[in-house]
Amino acid sequence: MKESTFDRLFVYFNHLFLFLLLVSVLYPLIYVTSASISDPVAVNAGRMWLFPKEVTWEGYQRVFRDAEIWIGYKNTILYTLLGTIVNLLLTIPCAYALARKDFAGRNAITLFIVFTMFFNGGLIPTFLLVKSLHMVDTVWALVLPQAAAVMNIIVSRTFFQMTVPRELEEAAEIDGCSNLRMFVKVVLPISGPIIAVMALFYGVMHWNQYFNAMIYLKDRDIFPLQLFLREILVSSEMSAAMQTGVSDLEAMEAQARIAEIVKYSVMIVSALPLLVVYPFLQRFFVKGVLIGSLKG
Amino acid sequence: MNQLATEASLAMSMENRKRRRRGRLRKNWHLYAFVLPTVLYFLVFHYFPAYGLVIAFKNYKVSEGIWGSAWTGFEHFERFFDSYYFWDLIRNTMGINIYQLALFPIPVIVALAFNELSNGWYKRFLQTVTYAPHFISTVVICGMIISFLNPSSGIVNQIIAGFGGEPISFLTEPGWFKTIFVVSGEWQRFGWGAILYLAALAGVDPQLHEAAKIDGATRLQRIRNVNIPSIMPTIVIMFILNMGDFMTVGFEKIYLLQNELNLKTSDVIQTYVYRSGLLQAQYSFSAAIGLFNSLINLFMLVMANRLAKRFSQTSLW
Repeated sequence: MKESTFDRLFVYFNHLFLFLLLVSVLYPLIYVTSASISDPVAVNAGRMWLFPKEVTWEGYQRVFRDAEIWIGYKNTILYTLLGTIVNLLLTIPCAYALARKDFAGRNAITLFIVFTMFFNGGLIPTFLLVKSLHMVDTVWALVLPQAAAVMNIIVSRTFFQMTVPRELEEAAEIDGCSNLRMFVKVVLPISGPIIAVMALFYGVMHWNQYFNAMIYLKDRDIFPLQLFLREILVSSEMSAAMQTGVSDLEAMEAQARIAEIVKYSVMIVSALPLLVVYPFLQRFFVKGVLIGSLKG
Repeated sequence: MNQLATEASLAMSMENRKRRRRGRLRKNWHLYAFVLPTVLYFLVFHYFPAYGLVIAFKNYKVSEGIWGSAWTGFEHFERFFDSYYFWDLIRNTMGINIYQLALFPIPVIVALAFNELSNGWYKRFLQTVTYAPHFISTVVICGMIISFLNPSSGIVNQIIAGFGGEPISFLTEPGWFKTIFVVSGEWQRFGWGAILYLAALAGVDPQLHEAAKIDGATRLQRIRNVNIPSIMPTIVIMFILNMGDFMTVGFEKIYLLQNELNLKTSDVIQTYVYRSGLLQAQYSFSAAIGLFNSLINLFMLVMANRLAKRFSQTSLW
């Protein structure tokens, strides 16, 4: 069937609309990348608008010279790993049990968990609890209050309901296989996709979060990367290593000049691990959202 | 004879059932062990703080504990309702949410537009790029906003100056705050938010489209009469969930963009709870405000669900 003029016009406008969307997302990302390696004078004067101008690595050199960035990086990696492992331990076995039709009490337990999504104590009582458990200024303040997320348990439960066939469980039962053995030998080997999705969801959450660290941690040695980023990007504070050192007027001007390039470089440095792996892992993330949509 | 046999088999099946139930409990012992840590987690870190909300009706002192502190009734709530900033907080919180709600259709429109593309590398590339902002951390997004909107060196003001305009100090101007917050949020969200609707669109029966084509429907008509009705249940569910967060704004982000000069429009209930509760240690008073906020959310969720049930036969419960 031949397309009508109206339809062709529609397709044309649709392409235009999507192209504008693409530009609106891509442009800020390219700008940050280019600004991180351009001479700050060119950037501040507006001469750099898309591709790098007068390439310099000064921003990155200053970021990498800063000891605190490395401390933050190390801490963030540690918290992300530990946090994600705890998340998986609390999410995957629980979701599997809740997916089993012959598990008495599954509906009551699911309701018990889902209810917290709609009503909970909020900031103040949670803060007082963490304080009274003596977790302030320890790793546990970042790990335990967020040991599991309701949505992720529901998504994993849906996955197990869809993928583990009832016959497999029955067969294992007849063979006298215990539930624990069955979980380890039968269920885990086929749950690679959901474990990957959950590890990614939780991992990104830990990598990116700053708020809990801000309210629970006081000791700079255990700050995650995002807290140092906040100082540089939002409060515009720079550590001594990034500054020029001398404090006469000329030096202060030089420092103001350098402040912006350091900001752009640090944005890239913090997002780099995710940016590198993201295109390859994208389908896993999408899969997670899709499983979640099957049974909300 | 016959009756005897039935009785015997009945007795046997009852015996069987009992044994099976006992067996099931023993057999499922491991499954209970699977859920136990998770249940404990929710008990300690979600239900216990919910119980901790009783301090909203007390004068909480750390030394006396939650139960030992003296009751005050609704004193904290009254103080909050009578305070001069009460209406500012309500206006800002609701204003930002209504603004966001007005942009609720954007991911739906994006999904409908994506869906018109034929599968191929361009569609995949578009999706990969538009999902990416979802993964940028709040701190970095705020850093980008602050740098881009800088009155002298920011790209936005350079563009304005390029067209001969006067530079605008966006972040210290109260009138701009809501737009900055909501638009940057939408930039981060629209691609990722479209995934759900794209999945729903993939499930539309192609025969419906074929039939509509034979009837001479244009693409736009097919979107309106086939695609949109098909994904309506998904739209309704997402809308209800949105309403459940009516008084919750991404306050981690608001907090980072807030400053003395834009406080008039940027202070929302949650940032106020943070300041008065954690920075000034007025625990009971802030817990009362937090409780007030959660109750409105719960109320909006229930109302949205009820309306959805009446008008579209789709609901959360």
